[in-house]
Amino acid sequence: MQDKLDMFKIFRNPEHMKALAKLINQEAKQKVRVMEVCGGHTHTIMKYGLPQILPEAIEFVHGPGCPVCIMPKERIDHAYILSNQPNVILVTLGDMIKVPGSNGSLSDARSKGADVRFVYSPMDVIKIAKENPKKKVIFFAIGFETTTPMTAALVEHVIKQKLSNVSFHINHVTVPEVMKELLDSRDKHVDSYNNRIDAFIGPSHVSVITGSKIYEMFPKDYKRPVVVTGFEPIDVMEGLLMIVRQINDGRAELENQYKRSVSYEGNTVAQQLINKYFDKRELFKWRGLGNIPKSGLKLRDEFAYLDAEKIYSEVLPKGEIEDHKLCICGDILRGMAKPTECQVFGTACKPSKPIGSCMVSSEGACAAYYKYGGVLR
Amino acid sequence: MTKTVTLPMGNGGEENNQLIEGIFYKHLKNDYLQKSEDAALIEDGKLCFTTDSFTISPLFFSGGDIGKLSVCGTCNDLAMMGARPKYMTLAMMIEEGFEVKNLEKIVRSIKKELQKSGALVVAGDTKVVPRGSVDKLFINTSGVGVVELFGISSSNLKEGDAIIVSRDVGRHGATIYANREGIDLKSDLKSDCASLWPMVEAIKNAGIKPKELRDATRGGVAAVLNEWAKASDVCIEVEEDKIPVCDEVMGICELLGFEPTALANEGTFLLVLDKNDVDKTLEILKSFEGNEMASYIGQVTNEHKQKVLLLSEWGTKRFLDMPTGELLPRIC
Repeated sequence: MQDKLDMFKIFRNPEHMKALAKLINQEAKQKVRVMEVCGGHTHTIMKYGLPQILPEAIEFVHGPGCPVCIMPKERIDHAYILSNQPNVILVTLGDMIKVPGSNGSLSDARSKGADVRFVYSPMDVIKIAKENPKKKVIFFAIGFETTTPMTAALVEHVIKQKLSNVSFHINHVTVPEVMKELLDSRDKHVDSYNNRIDAFIGPSHVSVITGSKIYEMFPKDYKRPVVVTGFEPIDVMEGLLMIVRQINDGRAELENQYKRSVSYEGNTVAQQLINKYFDKRELFKWRGLGNIPKSGLKLRDEFAYLDAEKIYSEVLPKGEIEDHKLCICGDILRGMAKPTECQVFGTACKPSKPIGSCMVSSEGACAAYYKYGGVLR
Repeated sequence: MTKTVTLPMGNGGEENNQLIEGIFYKHLKNDYLQKSEDAALIEDGKLCFTTDSFTISPLFFSGGDIGKLSVCGTCNDLAMMGARPKYMTLAMMIEEGFEVKNLEKIVRSIKKELQKSGALVVAGDTKVVPRGSVDKLFINTSGVGVVELFGISSSNLKEGDAIIVSRDVGRHGATIYANREGIDLKSDLKSDCASLWPMVEAIKNAGIKPKELRDATRGGVAAVLNEWAKASDVCIEVEEDKIPVCDEVMGICELLGFEPTALANEGTFLLVLDKNDVDKTLEILKSFEGNEMASYIGQVTNEHKQKVLLLSEWGTKRFLDMPTGELLPRIC
């Protein structure tokens, strides 16, 4: 029994937490703006109240790594429209069903009669398709590199099992391209976003698939330290200490705190599976960030017959939609503003009725601030 | 409120409250209803009256079934008002095609559970509806109890009061999630589904007078604590590591991104009492099978009124909010 408990306890051990906090407080001499790219880290930082035990010198810039949060309205509208097509079962993952589009969320579509289902594992799509041979099952695929292999495996099974009633609406996105965009992009109001990020905490689960190799360019070309870090509070604290030490030494290196799961090369089988079925899009629109080159995936041309965007192209709108005027999700995702600086935060925009995408998923910065009380610092 | 009723409106959280206040209280408000307790005290507080409806998928789950649940649910609402469950009604809405064998299994389970608190089914109703009109079987039960512990109320909490939880939390919610189709998690986890009157009676017999009792059903421990903080205009400070959670529930929560405190329970309750009664109460609770992990979890203060504060072992604080929305697994 004791062994099973250890998995959670050792990475939340209060003595270790206090010891790491002490070291960071002693060693952090200059201001470091650390972007945790992944929403999972935002969640950990807020849930475990890490800013409360860290020095003022450490400032978190919450990154765009929440697959639900970055989904633009155009794509959510696609899902909504697809779910309303005759004879369709729309399947997606978790809290995607809460994100509001122009006409409402998938949850709204469901309460009005559309057959919308969420699954924990994309493989459940096979079961749904077999149980409903007369229905058309559309998998609305979302997520970073973490969930892409599951979709690729599903595509493979659909082809092998010759299931003719399954198609895919692909919204998979990739991490390095958006990190690059954040460092490269310029805005007339500020010198550059560049100035706002001194170092990165690299994602945990994404890196298990991709390997830490995908972040090489950031220390090399941008002189930004990257430490790939696990999701437990002790992981994040240790990752921060490694960043502080790089900054103090004037180093910019790619380091891996999450060695128990992440290798340099990553899961090459999963990578091959992704490459077999997916291709990079020229552009993919991110909510709040706009079009980012090569940051999204699509099915390769030879699998176009499985592509719901092509099959239903006549009913799916192509135009761009502006974000809600009062919502500053874009600035938050760029690390330009904190959730609490938003006018509608916690008032008009709440987890139960989100206006912006950052309030939707528990991994979104706004939802994490709302839920865990950013007011306590 | 949205134009159509959404699933989160039935989840015991914030949206649920909006529906109740916006529609039901608006038209049906009276002095009894307005107290918004689990059960209404009637006849000068001598009797207690409540009702509950049950729909669950799957009907048979590890640790219980819809029959056991329909007795526990209503009897526990009475027990939490300090009332001994006495009389119950049982109404069943059955979908055409439902197996009689399973129906009898459920009724046998109802009989067995009634014996735990000594209540009787004194009236009933059966409706059979065409296929597709209900999902297999819906049950409604109402119950009347005789009040034996007086003065229990959610507005009773005062600074310095102690908060106890009767056992490890989140079992029912985690079990149902693991048993549900499409999730496909294998575990030995059993629902905590149980009648609570025997424990309340033992506490009463020991001469202890709890200020408030509440079973942590939909919305879990987090919902109960938040409701109390609001109803009594106090702050509740909870020590996170003192909230008992079994390994299986912890594992499911970590995997799916849930909080054990937001998961439903069907045989777990929270008590508010004088600090001096804590040890004795824990001793009594722990003597009941399954409740060995009963624990003191925190106290009432005035730090942040109407809020629940969760204290970590390394000295950080955060608010424990009312759970909102549908419980959905995280994506990555």
